Amino acid sequence: MTAQKLSVVKAINASLRTALENDPKVLVMGEDVGKLGGVFRVTDGLQKDFGEDRVIDTPLAESGIVGTAIGLALRGYRPVVEIQFDGFVFPAYDQIVTQLAKMHARALGKIKLPVVIRIPYGGAIGAVEHHSESPETLFAHVAGLKVVSPSNASDAYWMLQQAIQSDDPVIYFEPKRRYHDKSELDTEAIPGPLHAARVARPGTDLTLAAYGPMVKTCLEAAAAAEEEGKSLEVLDLRSMSPIDFDGIQASVERTRRLVVVHEAPVFLGTGAEIAARITERCFYHLEAPVLRVGGYHAPYPPSRLEDEYLPGLDRVLDAVDRALAY
Amino acid sequence: MTVDSTAARKPRRGGSKRAGARTAKAAGAPELVQLLTPEGERVEHPDYSIDLSSEELRGLYRDMVLTRRFDAEATTLQRQGELGLWASLLGQEAAQIGSGRATRPDDYVFPTYREHGVAWCRGVDPTNLLGMFRGVNHGGWDPNENNFHLYTIVIGSQALHATGYAMGITKDGADSAVIAYFGDGASSQGDVAEAFTFAAVYNAPVVFFCQNNQWAISEPTEKQTRVPLYQRAQGYGFPGVRVDGNDVLACLAVTKAALDRARTGEGPMLIEAFTYRMGAHTTSDDPTRYRRDEERELWEAKDPIARLRTLLEREGHADEAFFAALETEADELAKHVRDRVRTMPDPEDMAIFDNIYADGHALVDEERAQFAAYQASFAEESH
Repeated sequence: MTAQKLSVVKAINASLRTALENDPKVLVMGEDVGKLGGVFRVTDGLQKDFGEDRVIDTPLAESGIVGTAIGLALRGYRPVVEIQFDGFVFPAYDQIVTQLAKMHARALGKIKLPVVIRIPYGGAIGAVEHHSESPETLFAHVAGLKVVSPSNASDAYWMLQQAIQSDDPVIYFEPKRRYHDKSELDTEAIPGPLHAARVARPGTDLTLAAYGPMVKTCLEAAAAAEEEGKSLEVLDLRSMSPIDFDGIQASVERTRRLVVVHEAPVFLGTGAEIAARITERCFYHLEAPVLRVGGYHAPYPPSRLEDEYLPGLDRVLDAVDRALAY
Repeated sequence: MTVDSTAARKPRRGGSKRAGARTAKAAGAPELVQLLTPEGERVEHPDYSIDLSSEELRGLYRDMVLTRRFDAEATTLQRQGELGLWASLLGQEAAQIGSGRATRPDDYVFPTYREHGVAWCRGVDPTNLLGMFRGVNHGGWDPNENNFHLYTIVIGSQALHATGYAMGITKDGADSAVIAYFGDGASSQGDVAEAFTFAAVYNAPVVFFCQNNQWAISEPTEKQTRVPLYQRAQGYGFPGVRVDGNDVLACLAVTKAALDRARTGEGPMLIEAFTYRMGAHTTSDDPTRYRRDEERELWEAKDPIARLRTLLEREGHADEAFFAALETEADELAKHVRDRVRTMPDPEDMAIFDNIYADGHALVDEERAQFAAYQASFAEESH
């Protein structure tokens, strides 16, 4: 397999397969990841090919999944665990924040915790409660964790490879509403750095910064804006911890305007941190305040309201207009 | 040393009939595995026995005496302001030395923050234990040096790490075993319940060693459970045993049997070591607010060290010279610890940014540089 068009789901599956093939210490574990292949079929066929010892159906206990993954990592394994849905991660939050994130530091660097936690996240799939959340900030806030999210098949494949190879715990957020979007994947390419932002579309008038599911929304917004004669740059941030502030700064110094877009609530979100730091770094370059578009300070609404809650094309363009009006 | 146990000889996958029978029997009056009475008498038990040489018996006694002396010194150092806090193991020496001496070097130990006696058995330098209580680090020793994990403060979390580690041993095809320490309070934690589930489902070679010291800070065991804790195991499908936690011989015999059982593929086991926290929860605690002196006096009569001394003396395993030499050794250990703690350096300021990530992190690098520049600005001002 070299260059081909693949869905995000298939790309993650291929990446897990590659990791299982390349390193006998890699394990895949989670609820329903075995015979079923995961509720989204991300792990489809892996248990059949790699056996129950390496692709492990776990008891229905998220803290147990992460806690035992920590123990396996201490024994020298590289567990890749699946949390079935974003809203189900909280029973494991204590193990992730209190144990996984801090253990390397507590041992003064003498042990490593190469654990990857895959979490399908975000809304717009018409789901019931707790199946549409974007909790990335709650992890990015914790020192010791790295937090990333791919937006396309190529990044889904390569960023997972890099996350598994990392000796640090990585929370890998999968944009579940983009699972079946197809894009180019070259499994023999040389990937860029895991935590670097990528210019998804160059532009001159304003930078739209997003990650995961919102990258596509921003690309659509940029295409629509082009028809009105506005040139928007779309920056795919890819990593929420660390955030590539240098990459954002370089873009903003060109475009002089920045709008950050994410599904997660705006309040104290990734966009808030980016706004603060970019204002500090680019104060004399900015023509407008950094604006944010995201979820509201409200519980994720019932699915019939989610189109109003989530940033869509119109809300992004509204923010673009406001930024350009300064 | 020979340890014999029918539980070890007749193991059954996923729990034994014997354990079930024991549990049923215990519903009325819990059976306590005891090989050495509080009066220092050797007694037989149908399932567990132990035969130790005089030297081995003296060794256990020495371990307990030195551990208690170290512990007392640490309490004193806290009172003198050298430590910020200390969690004393006073009264739990037999549970810790007995179980700790049952482990093999290739076994792996997951402690709470009170396992000073187990650390001693594993060969961890006692002064290493004091760094976190002095506030110079959060543990800091290399867990793989003695297969002794860092102290875990959040209650019960380490039971899952132990179980995962044990799952890894199975995958490696090794015959090592894991022992997870926790207390009666931790038995209420979800992580301990989840560890029981995972250990049972994967038949992991892990021994759950619960020191029921009767008190979780101010809450008695009755606030944690309506059944004897060892009976919890039955619901998960593995054996549970209650052992006299102040009887070092019984703790050694039962733990060794459980570890052997685990390493031969028979899965997990729960040991409830029935003991007593003679001191406060930590140096910040005041037990006079919630328990009566009479209770402590009752347990003083069951002291783990005194009963072994009685045995050593009565059966002639040790003479006065041994006890005198041990006293000197204990004083030397205490002096060594005292000297080391008092000269333990504070970490460098920049250590705030050390070892947060194995592969580095841009934000940490940026903040480290900012902090260094800020610190350096004072040096410039003073010129």
